[in-house]
Amino acid sequence: MIEWTGVIVQGVLLGGLYALFAAGLSLIFGVMRLVNIAHGDLIILAAYMGLTTTVMLGVHPFLALLIVMPVMAGLGYVLQRGILNQTLGDDILPPLLVTFGLSVIIQNALLETYTADPRKLDGGGIEVASIDMGGLAIGVLPLMTFLIAVAVIAGLQFIFYRTALGRGFRAVSDNQDIAQLMGLNKAHVFGLAMALALAVVAIAGILLGMRTSFDPAIGGGRLIFGFEAVIIGGLGNLWGTLAGGVILGVAQTIGAKIDPGFQILAGHIAFLIVLAIRPNGLFPRVDH
Amino acid sequence: MPEALLTLSGLDAHYGDFQALYGLDMSIGEGEVIAIIGANGAGKTTLMRSISGLLKNRAEGVRYRGQAIGALRADQVAELGIALVPEGRQLFPSLSVEENLMIGGKVGRPGHWSLQTVYELFPILEERRHQASTSLSGGQQQMVAIGRALMANPELILFDEISLGLAPVIIRQIYEALPGIVGQGMTAMIVEQDIAQALKVSSRVYCLQEGRISLEGATGDVTHDQITAAYFGMDA
Repeated sequence: MIEWTGVIVQGVLLGGLYALFAAGLSLIFGVMRLVNIAHGDLIILAAYMGLTTTVMLGVHPFLALLIVMPVMAGLGYVLQRGILNQTLGDDILPPLLVTFGLSVIIQNALLETYTADPRKLDGGGIEVASIDMGGLAIGVLPLMTFLIAVAVIAGLQFIFYRTALGRGFRAVSDNQDIAQLMGLNKAHVFGLAMALALAVVAIAGILLGMRTSFDPAIGGGRLIFGFEAVIIGGLGNLWGTLAGGVILGVAQTIGAKIDPGFQILAGHIAFLIVLAIRPNGLFPRVDH
Repeated sequence: MPEALLTLSGLDAHYGDFQALYGLDMSIGEGEVIAIIGANGAGKTTLMRSISGLLKNRAEGVRYRGQAIGALRADQVAELGIALVPEGRQLFPSLSVEENLMIGGKVGRPGHWSLQTVYELFPILEERRHQASTSLSGGQQQMVAIGRALMANPELILFDEISLGLAPVIIRQIYEALPGIVGQGMTAMIVEQDIAQALKVSSRVYCLQEGRISLEGATGDVTHDQITAAYFGMDA
């Protein structure tokens, strides 16, 4: 029994990481209806940035966030205003194609710079540390990841519903023309949304890099997990995204418990079941 | 006529291949209230979209305080002090009543209008401030749309079909509030299909017909027959 409890707890904590993958995707889809195919590769890019920062400055990956987060946010703003804004319009195909191209470019640039060898961020022992909770060993890093995910989503929720910036995001999402009439420059608002999304991506990348080894090719898989978490949770609902991540994580750890090779497939099956029963996800946003 | 605040010269407007406005010339003086009337499809809303920057134009087509603004984006036009109350109200459904008003104040121009003064003008909105904007009645939504535009403290306010789809009693309430609004030194352009209402509050009138000005004059001078002819394109 305690063994299965452990599996579930592990899955829930893993879900925190998936929620972090998903939060940025959800945010930019919510604000500008942009599906970012390069999202997973941006997560890996952030992990590599973390690697370079920790190696060059000799700092802990968490401290590296102080550099990686603003750099990724700045990159997001420039990317959005320089390229992605030009692709947005009535046709959803151009942003898909352009972000797909971006994904290929990021992967190859990483391959060229860092080679295909798997790398890992050195967390200074917290990757293997665990705390005992009534006979249940809980990994410190997964627990921290989950708590960070909750904090990030609470923070995004606060920004969205309690600040002028969030009001701007929601207004532009509702009606771009009318928002522009209110003095909101949508090109700038979209840039800020992408900056925020990539700041979250930076956190996700660093946490991923401490948890597992990474190489330039694994972005695609992270994108799929992010997508699945968003869709299970329901589009446009940030807390739903956390729930989606948790469901995906639990399905994967249960799958892995049954058979180690069954982990990823179990997650996809859970996703398909949710999609078949609730095509809009479990907690779709209720529009007023 | 007072010194011109807004001047349109040879203003054309296109939607793809379709031309909606043909070389409009217009001049609005500071503090004036102008009525723009015309049948459906005459180009009234297109005119509002052109002035507010939602429809790009030749820079010289629209001049505001002497500055060519025809090619500016809508947010840049808003910052100059031009606000539009759009046709169909177009509130932001994800925002509460108060948030809709606050986003109107985004341009941050100083002036008479604030949440407090808007609530004084439309007390019902204060009661409903935390409600979803779309849960209000049509008339209350129109109040939010007007309040949202006022929050920008504009010098020029454009009203596009504010009576459309509203009950007569509500229309009367809104028109009763108008003098209090434009009395704050604002210049206003009122687009209306309800000609009688528009003429009551305005000093001059332009009639549009198929994208051209078919009549222009002081409200007191134009006759009913002239308006009918200009509106429907018939000889009086």
